[in-house]
Amino acid sequence: MKEEIIIAGFGGQGILFAGKLLTWASLIEDNKVTCIPSYGAEMRGGTAHCHVIVSREEIASPIVEKPSLLVVLNRQSLDRFEKRVLSGGRIVVNSDLVERKVERKDVRVYYVPGNELAEKLGSSLFTNMVMLGATSFYTGIVKLESLVSSLPNLLAGKEELITSNQRALKAGYEYAHAAG
Amino acid sequence: MPSRKVLLSGNEAVGEGAVLAGCRFYAGYPITPQNELTAYMARRLPEVGGVFVQAESELAAINMIMGASSAGALAMTTSSSPGISLMQEAISYMAGMEVPVVVVNVMRGGPGLGNIAGSQGDYLQATKGGGHGDYHMMVFAPSNVQEMFNFTQEAFRLSQKYRNPVMVLADGYLGQIMEPLEIKKAELPPQNQGWILDGAKAREPRLLKSLYLPSEDLEGFNLHLQDKFRRMEEEILWEGSEVEDAEKILVAYGTSARICKEVVRIGRRAGKKWGVFRPITLFPFPYQALQKIGKGCEKILVVEMSSGQMLEDVLLAVDDKNKVEFYGRMGGSLPEKEEIMKRLGSGV
Amino acid sequence: MKPLYKRPESLRDVPTHYCSGCGHGIIHRIIAEVIDELGIREKTIGIAPVGCAVLAYDYFNFDVMEAPHGRPPAVATGIKRVLPDRIVFTYQGDGDLAAIGTGEIIHAGLRGEKLTVIFVNNSLYGMTGGQMAPTTLIGEKTATTPKGRCAEREGYPWNVVEVLKLFPGVTYVARGAVTQPKNIRRVKVFIRKAFLNQVENKGLSLVEVLSPCPVNLRMEPFEAVRWVEENLAEVFPLGEFKG
Ligand SMILES: Cc1ncc(C[n+]2csc(CCOP(=O)(O)OP(=O)(O)O)c2C)c(N)n1
Repeated sequence: MKEEIIIAGFGGQGILFAGKLLTWASLIEDNKVTCIPSYGAEMRGGTAHCHVIVSREEIASPIVEKPSLLVVLNRQSLDRFEKRVLSGGRIVVNSDLVERKVERKDVRVYYVPGNELAEKLGSSLFTNMVMLGATSFYTGIVKLESLVSSLPNLLAGKEELITSNQRALKAGYEYAHAAG
Repeated sequence: MPSRKVLLSGNEAVGEGAVLAGCRFYAGYPITPQNELTAYMARRLPEVGGVFVQAESELAAINMIMGASSAGALAMTTSSSPGISLMQEAISYMAGMEVPVVVVNVMRGGPGLGNIAGSQGDYLQATKGGGHGDYHMMVFAPSNVQEMFNFTQEAFRLSQKYRNPVMVLADGYLGQIMEPLEIKKAELPPQNQGWILDGAKAREPRLLKSLYLPSEDLEGFNLHLQDKFRRMEEEILWEGSEVEDAEKILVAYGTSARICKEVVRIGRRAGKKWGVFRPITLFPFPYQALQKIGKGCEKILVVEMSSGQMLEDVLLAVDDKNKVEFYGRMGGSLPEKEEIMKRLGSGV
Repeated sequence: MKPLYKRPESLRDVPTHYCSGCGHGIIHRIIAEVIDELGIREKTIGIAPVGCAVLAYDYFNFDVMEAPHGRPPAVATGIKRVLPDRIVFTYQGDGDLAAIGTGEIIHAGLRGEKLTVIFVNNSLYGMTGGQMAPTTLIGEKTATTPKGRCAEREGYPWNVVEVLKLFPGVTYVARGAVTQPKNIRRVKVFIRKAFLNQVENKGLSLVEVLSPCPVNLRMEPFEAVRWVEENLAEVFPLGEFKG
């Protein structure tokens, strides 16, 4: 198993946080994993993204040239990365901020109303967690429990945030489960 | 059983490695892409009773660690390319006064302000002496987070052993990348404190200097240094992946080496006899090992994130220079797998 | 009909990269207006710093040059000595001018170089992600003072204006703030005088401008403006100090 992932959105959507959480969760499942954020000026340019690779075997190059899984939280990110997805790969789309459909016919696509689900939980700030929860269901690259139990690693001591983010992860997962 | 690893960025791993190696003085000046490292030391050093100073410039930072080390502390500064350029004068002084420190360069695109993406454009500055005079420092080139951690500890050990500055040469990608890290404290030998300046109480006063006015004195001192640089050859490290039967060999370090390893993996699956030779110490460079391995193959492709700096050392090492080709990307761009394969003569 | 408000010729018609609530854009505009009004656009040479304003050369519509971090006063000295009838100014942040470039600004002042210096004090290093600057207030939290700046450990902020005014070669110094409109108008008066000082060949002039950085202060833009007026201006008082 080797999954090469790009998570992308705009600055402020918690892209790096989602990438880090996915990385922690893969780590506790005893997989090899790497995560490279886009950083500095690149972030100010509008889009933020990170490359995550999860694999059973040692990871050589940490750079994702052609993702097998793309998770996009806004339209610009889909425009930028859609063409790069491997044939047969998967794309998880935040349909609230991506008003168009994916054009590629050779990939599997999942639409998730990320912002709407997040706002039901009190804030669009949880969109990243909703999308990650849904991605966990659709792709099985990490278990929901691994994501949930990794949160304290990133939010040590912030009990309220841990609980609310956990709720958002579950909401995304359950949406995907119900939507199939 | 899930591993007891933690997730850290390369920058943070350098910081933790330094703290565990006993580093108790850090001075630095903010610069991307190594800011997390400075912030890590600001938070972490006070926890272990160490001293963190945000210097007013890299010029000041490197001179501060010169002082701290002379006073007996294990000391480090870290920066990225433009800041490292500012430090060259003091690095030369420390080689001349035999003051051991660790300097970390998380390279970015140049020349000048360049950009903040990872690059390997400072190879020649690091390995051939960016400052003035006949000196060298040992240079380690890690290629993952674990090695950022391990080689930082190793850099402290060897800087003490040889009383010489040691550099860890990484790039922006290695600084930013997050990977699982196993935190293992290396056993460092006790520090030789027989030269430090801590007050001439019940002993003769000591002096640290690089000034030798009579030419024969300075030459004598230079001969001593040259001898020391030669002795460092026993520390040479390199890694070969699938080089034994390889017909075509990629030579790369740091992030480029990881991309090359991926290429070799893909190639091997398609039955290609490819391998990677990765120098880990860039000074001293593994000339002999590469010369030997180079004899048996038909082609050597050097891959760098620069215009071809390590290439010069590869050409020095290999007997048949006609075998050697080069592929480089500059300005923070990364070598691409497909392009490497094409140059190896295969469209996989 | 005569437009009341238009883009100064000295400012290019391009969007800037500044974050919302940042003061740099306002300061750029003021400089451009003053240069237009004094009719010196074609003989002005600006030096952009290393810092958030590093791209200032994309926004100003006159000759601009980059300098290494902290070195603009030295680079400007070189230009002005070769071309004494041109108007040369530097635009520098607090890290650039008051930390890594302390030596350069002090000695340009001591030499009385006929330069104009616009010094933007946002109390931190914006570009690199909000680390402590030489102007960070005691108690202020930054990326490298996670518990707040403590005088015992990190020393005190320094008042560039009050120091430079002591030098005979420095002939005009003032400090303003790009906060409420009344203060912004005063900044323009100061900057105008600073350029005039150079036109009249009188020695070094420097205007410090207190400027909000909401992103790194982790505040809403309005909150950051209030913080500048209530906290930053407390330690760095506004006004003209010489000339
Ligand atoms: C020699 C060198 N060291 C460090 C840097 C990294 N650097 C870029 S901008 C900056 C600080 C900028 O702060 P300031 O001058 O206060 O301006 P601001 O960004 O807040 O406007 C630093 C340290 C550099 N470019 N060159």
